[in-house]
Amino acid sequence: MRMTTAAASPKATLRPADRIFSGSTLLAGSLILVALAAVAIFLVAQSVPALTADPYELKGSPDSFWAYVGPLAFGSLWAAFLALVMALPLSYGIALFISHYAPRRLAQSLGYVVDLLAAVPSVVFGLWGIKVLAPAVTPLYGWLVENAGWFPLFSPPVSGTGRTILTVAIVLAVMIIPIITAVSREVFLQTPRLHEEAALALGATRWEMIRMAVIPFGRPGMISAAMLGLGRALGETMVVAMVLSPSPKLITIVLTGSQNPSTIAGNIALNFPEAHGIDVNGLIATGLILFAITLVINSVARVVINRRAAFSGAD
Amino acid sequence: MTDVTGPPNALTSGRLPRWATPVLLVVSWAVMLGVFVLMALAGGSDVAIAPALFLGTLLFVVTGFVLSLLVEGLRQAKDRLVTSLVVSAFLVALIPLISVLFTVVSNGRHRFDAAFFSNSMRNVVGEGGGALHAIMGTLEITGMAALISVPIGLLTAIYLVEYGRGPLARAITFFVDVMTGIPSIVAGLFAFAFFALVFADPGIRFGFGGSIALALLMIPVVVRSSEEMLKLVPNELREASYALGVPKWLTILKIVIPTSIAGITTGVTLAIARVIGETAPLLIIAGFTASMNYDLFQNRLMSLPVFVYTQYANPGADVAPYLERAWAAALTLILIVMLLNLIARLVARIFSPQLGR
Repeated sequence: MRMTTAAASPKATLRPADRIFSGSTLLAGSLILVALAAVAIFLVAQSVPALTADPYELKGSPDSFWAYVGPLAFGSLWAAFLALVMALPLSYGIALFISHYAPRRLAQSLGYVVDLLAAVPSVVFGLWGIKVLAPAVTPLYGWLVENAGWFPLFSPPVSGTGRTILTVAIVLAVMIIPIITAVSREVFLQTPRLHEEAALALGATRWEMIRMAVIPFGRPGMISAAMLGLGRALGETMVVAMVLSPSPKLITIVLTGSQNPSTIAGNIALNFPEAHGIDVNGLIATGLILFAITLVINSVARVVINRRAAFSGAD
Repeated sequence: MTDVTGPPNALTSGRLPRWATPVLLVVSWAVMLGVFVLMALAGGSDVAIAPALFLGTLLFVVTGFVLSLLVEGLRQAKDRLVTSLVVSAFLVALIPLISVLFTVVSNGRHRFDAAFFSNSMRNVVGEGGGALHAIMGTLEITGMAALISVPIGLLTAIYLVEYGRGPLARAITFFVDVMTGIPSIVAGLFAFAFFALVFADPGIRFGFGGSIALALLMIPVVVRSSEEMLKLVPNELREASYALGVPKWLTILKIVIPTSIAGITTGVTLAIARVIGETAPLLIIAGFTASMNYDLFQNRLMSLPVFVYTQYANPGADVAPYLERAWAAALTLILIVMLLNLIARLVARIFSPQLGR
C-alpha cells in the first residue's frame, strides 16, 4: 500500500468513477463516526428530562437521580469485578495452554472449542444459569454461609434459590473467558521465538521460560484483554435479568444472600417493557451512564494495546 | 529468577519416570472416590462423583508437587505445578460448555417438533403453539441488519486499507475498536431514543429499529474482519493491475475483493452469528408479541431470543409447557448459530485462494 502512493509521483488521471468510489468509501467511514456521535447525542437528548425532572417521579421515588443510579452502578461494577476475578486466571491459563502447552497440531482445534463458548447466545446462558447452575450451587452456598458466615462476603441469611450475585458472576465469567483468552492468546503467540529459545538454552524450565520471556512481553496485551472482558461483563444484560433476584436501592457486598444489588443493564431489561413516561427517560439515563463507563474502559484498553503494537519487536 | 541457585546438581539429580504422572492422577482419583464411597455408605446417600473428581484432581496437583519437590527439586516441581494448573484451567472451561450443550439438547428435544416450526403463539395458553413468528422475525430483523451493515462495513474496510491516511483513518480505526465494546442494550436504547424522537412516539416498537440496533453491533465486526482480509491481498496483485493501466477503483472491485471474498464472507457470517443471538436490544425496540407479523416497519415483531426470554419470564399457570418451548427455542437458536459458524469455517477452508504460502 505504501509503495503505491509513493510511486504515484507522475500525476495519475483521476476518473469520475474513481472519485465516486473513493468518495463512497469515505462516506461509509465517516458514517461510523457519525453513528457513534449519534448514539451519544440521542441518549443525552432522551436522558435530559429524567435529569431535570423531580426525582420523586422516578420508579421507587429516590431522593435524586444519582441515588437511583448509584446502587445500580455499584451492582454492575461489583458483578463485573467478581466475574473478572474468576475469569482472569482461567483465561490466562487457557491461553497459555493453547499457545505453549497443547500439542501443536491440536492447538488450533482447541482454540475453536473455546470460541464455541462465545457462540452461545446470552439468553441461553441465562436459561442455563437459572435452571442448572443456580440449583447446583445452592447447597454450596448453604455450606459456605453455615461455616464461613463470619466472613463479610458470606454473612447470613443464605439465599434459598441460588439466584445471587455470585451465581450471576460465575455465568458472566464463563461468558467473558472467550474474549480474554482470544486476546491474550494472540499476544502470547507473538512472543519473539528467539527470546523463548534463549531462555530455554540457559536451562530454564518451561514455566521459567514463560515467566521470563512470554509474560513480560505480553503484559500490556494481558491487561487490555482483562479490560475488554470487564467491559463485556459490565454490559451483559440477559443473564442478570434472568438469574438475579434483585433488590433495588441496595448496596451490599454479600455474595450469597437473597438480597442482591441489581445492575444497570439488568435493571433496564427488567423494567423497560412496562415503563412509560419519565421512567423511560430515567432508564435511558442509566443506559447513558453505562455507555460512558464502558466507553472509558474500552478506550483505555485500546490505547494500551495500540501502544504495545508500536513497540512490538515481532516485525 | 532467584531460583537459579537451586540444588547444585539440578542436571544430574533424579527425575520422575514418565509413567509417574498418569499413575498418580488415577491413584488420586481412586483414593478420593474411595473416600466418597465410604462416606456415602456411612451416610446412606448417593455418591457425589463430581466433587470426588474435583478433590481427586486437587490431591493429584498437591501430591505431584510434593513428590517432584522431593525427587527433582523446587524448579521442576514448580514447572509441574504450573503445567497441571494450566491443563486443568482448560478442562474447567469445558465444563460449562458441555453442560450448556447437554441441557439445551436434552430439554429442548421435547418440543422440537413440526408444530413448533409451523405455529405462532396467537391465542395459545398452556400447551401447543410454536415459534414460527419468532423465527420469521429473527430472519427479517437480522437480514435487514446484515443488509445495512455489510455495505457500510465493507466500504469502510476498503477506505481504511486502500485510501485512508492521516488522522481521519486513525480516528475511524480507534472508534471502530471502541464500538466493538458498546453494550448491546445501549444499542437498543439508542435505536429507541432515535426513533421515539423522529416519529414522536414515546412507546415506539418495531422491527426495523431492532435492525438498526443490531447493525450498530455488527458494523465494527464486519469492518475488523474485512480489513484483516483486505490486508492479506498481496501488493504484487494490485501493482500488476496498475501496471496494466487499470484504474484504482476497478483494481479494488476486480482484483482485491475477488481475491479476499472468501475471508470477507467468513467474517460476515461470523458477524451474523454474533448478532442473531442478541436479546436485550430487541427486547427494548422490537418488543414482543404472540402473533405473526411480516412487516418490519409496523407493530411489534417477535424474535427467537426474545421468545426464549418471554417464555421463561412470563409463564402461565402451568409452567412446564412454557419452559419446554423456551428450551426448544434455545436449541433452535444454538443450532442456527452453530450452523452459521460451520458455514463460515467451510467457506474459509474451501474458497480461500492459494497464495502460495
